[in-house]
Amino acid sequence: MNGVNERTNRIGWWFIGLSIIGFVVFMLYPILNSVKLVFSSISGDSSTFVGFGNFVRLFHDNVFWSSLGNSFLFLIVEVPIMLIFAIVLAVVLNSKKLKLRGFWRLLIFLPCVTSLVSYSVLFKMLFSSDGLINTFLMNTLHVISAPIPWLTDPVMAKVVIILALLWRWTGYNMIFFLAGLQNVSEEIYEAAEIDGASKVQQFLHITLPALRPIILFTAVQSTISTLQLFDEPMNITAGGPNNSSMTIAMYIYNVSFKFVPNFGYAASLSYVVMFIILILSLIQMKVAKNDD
Amino acid sequence: MTSKVSSFFKYLFIIICSFISVFPFIWMIIGSTNSSSQIIAGKMSFGDQFMNNWHHTFAQTAVVQDFWNSLKIAVLVTVLSIIVSALAAYGFQIYRSRGKNWIYSIFIASMMIPFSVLMIPLYRMMTNFGLVNNAWAVVLPSILSVFLIFFFHQSLETFPIDTIESARIDGANELKIFWSVVLPQLRSTFAAAAIYSFMGAWNNYMWPLIVLQSDDQKTLPLLISGLSATTNFSIDYGIIMVLIIISTIPIFVIFLFLQKYFVQGMTGANKG
Repeated sequence: MNGVNERTNRIGWWFIGLSIIGFVVFMLYPILNSVKLVFSSISGDSSTFVGFGNFVRLFHDNVFWSSLGNSFLFLIVEVPIMLIFAIVLAVVLNSKKLKLRGFWRLLIFLPCVTSLVSYSVLFKMLFSSDGLINTFLMNTLHVISAPIPWLTDPVMAKVVIILALLWRWTGYNMIFFLAGLQNVSEEIYEAAEIDGASKVQQFLHITLPALRPIILFTAVQSTISTLQLFDEPMNITAGGPNNSSMTIAMYIYNVSFKFVPNFGYAASLSYVVMFIILILSLIQMKVAKNDD
Repeated sequence: MTSKVSSFFKYLFIIICSFISVFPFIWMIIGSTNSSSQIIAGKMSFGDQFMNNWHHTFAQTAVVQDFWNSLKIAVLVTVLSIIVSALAAYGFQIYRSRGKNWIYSIFIASMMIPFSVLMIPLYRMMTNFGLVNNAWAVVLPSILSVFLIFFFHQSLETFPIDTIESARIDGANELKIFWSVVLPQLRSTFAAAAIYSFMGAWNNYMWPLIVLQSDDQKTLPLLISGLSATTNFSIDYGIIMVLIIISTIPIFVIFLFLQKYFVQGMTGANKG
């Protein structure tokens, strides 16, 4: 870095300047400001200092615990299924012998062009009680005799959201794995083939280890976004029935803007989410490190 | 024999997955040609309501205005965030110094902060600025994109410093070097970043829902979401199908024509 002298170093700051202003105004200030909110109770213009009162309230708040539980349920059920599908699809679509590879890739990736609101509304229509899925199961396949209450049953509502998430995000994650597979050379597989390794053994001992950093990356990314899940439950089930598909992000939104707004309490809830995200990301990175 | 069987299952698997992927799109197009009651009953053949549905959509909803609102926000966010991010990434990468590296790390760490932490202070800020129900309330906080800075930063990692050095020796000033030496080299990075940024802004839902409350400011996702809300009992699904098509078309067109950059932009990958 001999080329960069004091003067060019200073010029460098000019390039960064705008982003620093943006960061201070729209990131740093809100973060610091919400620390203040966490210890206050705010309704309208009046703000009172309540110490840890918001966190005490949180412990007795059933809706908070159930929406946190729902967010975790989506995380634990949906993310592993999605990643497994994404890996399998990537491996299949990577095989040289497959015809029309580009075409299949395009189709699998297609759900990514939809907006989250649009596809959520489509899924709500598909799964409505007199909708297409029920009509198909009842009148075409004859596997059920009465419509399944997809959106009005507490368990089924979650199932629909998980199916929707799988539809929208599997192809997206597949792209990462496809890119990762480009770094695995054909020769390793050929050598394994000669040594008599089966396809399953090759997958477990060559493909999976090679994809480990990408599995970590997609897992961390999916964890962060699933814990902030909002658009889908909001538009598919509106959190219902009876809050049974309400996520923590939806609950924070409701506490902030829908019921009698309580910004202090909502800020406390959002800090809980932030710490969960931090802890989970750190654990995932730690696990990945230890495995190496 | 076994390889034939396994290849059969491979194709079966791919065909089923592709069909599931594409089916909602087919249904969306078929649905737009049927009446509201036919759509919800799951009619899977083309009908004759296509023109009616489009007519109803333009007559009964503010689709033109909301499309324009969405487009305005998405274009502003894309242009501004790309300028700010590209300049910043260039500053961090080419003019490395201890202080700048430190700030870059703080930027990267902030990606873990969930939006809900920022939401309330930002809302109060926008109220104080008098920007509630103003498109700038959506645009301003979206200009700083740490992800885009990271994206440009990575693509500059392999940029040949020698070209910059020799331009300096030729006496070009730093901004001119950035503009005429570096920018042309990063064309595909810019395309991918633009797509990423445009899509994010076009599809943004939660924040506009909070700050754009008046009808004349609504974006397409807000229009669609509002019309299909569960409390609304007189839903015209024909209109909703048309609106979903209208909101999907711009992204779909970008995808078709710029497929390579699209995938890069969606996944933040620098290699195709």
